[in-house]
Amino acid sequence: MKTNVRQLMQELGFTCLAGEAYLDRHTEGAYLSDLLSDVMGKAEAGMLWITAQVHRNIVAVASLKELSAIIVVNERQVEPEVLAHAEEEEVVILSSGKPAFETAGMLYNHLREVEC
Amino acid sequence: MRMHFEIEGGDFTAAGRASSEVKKTLKQFNIPPEVLRKVAIALYEAEMNVVAHAWSGTMDADILPEGIHVVMEDKGPGIEDIERAMEEGFSTATEEVRQMGFGAGMGLPNIRKNSDRMVLTSTPGVGTRLEITVAF
Ligand SMILES: Nc1ncnc2c1ncn2[C@@H]1O[C@H](COP(=O)(O)OP(=O)(O)OP(=O)(O)O)[C@@H](O)[C@H]1O
Ligand SMILES: [Mg+2]
Repeated sequence: MKTNVRQLMQELGFTCLAGEAYLDRHTEGAYLSDLLSDVMGKAEAGMLWITAQVHRNIVAVASLKELSAIIVVNERQVEPEVLAHAEEEEVVILSSGKPAFETAGMLYNHLREVEC
Repeated sequence: MRMHFEIEGGDFTAAGRASSEVKKTLKQFNIPPEVLRKVAIALYEAEMNVVAHAWSGTMDADILPEGIHVVMEDKGPGIEDIERAMEEGFSTATEEVRQMGFGAGMGLPNIRKNSDRMVLTSTPGVGTRLEITVAF
């Protein structure tokens, strides 16, 4: 079964930094990586992307790969200019207060429950 | 239909623009989403290689009924050993570029996997030429 980004965000306590208008997007699974060409090669459309990268280039990757949202970990600050670019490209950026491992663990459990 | 872009080496703020434009244009045609995704991946990696490794370059995309044919040409350091550059994990990216998330050495392998034809030629000290074809 699929869940949407808004539901997931509310249940796991993420905050939305950009792309509020697109939170109804469906999502299935996630990919965790800080290497852009790894994400380009291996992530699938509709996935969430967990990363510590906050550079502007994450927007192009998420948009080209049609990822459902980027989840920036560790409450890392994202420049307003990057958030504005995300809005333009219809990319959702969420912020997780937890490190990558915990964020991925929470998501893994949550997505598995949704599947049952 | 023809599209032409100038790509500047080291300009990571504009990076990805050419591949995004081509993808947006292709979206207007009736092309299967998997094919669109292949084109997006291959062109993005090619564009980023010019930004990350060369001084300046151009992208010329030819959109035909049967597929897309793209030629990337750059002025830059070129590639000494193309076979080695094509290996997964091989990268000469600088620390600065790696901190932005590049340098996994997956770009060229991604292009090969997502294209139907790829021709990479280079003259060290002069520049690099990459031809990519993806059939619709
Ligand atoms: N246009 C180019 N000009 C000069 N060297 C290049 C060019 N494209 C690729 N190379 C060389 O080939 C290597 C491998 O390229 P590849 O795209 O596979 O990896 P990368 O760019 O280093 O990292 P990634 O693409 O994973 O971010 C590069 O590190 C670089 O040495
Ligand atoms: Mg590359």
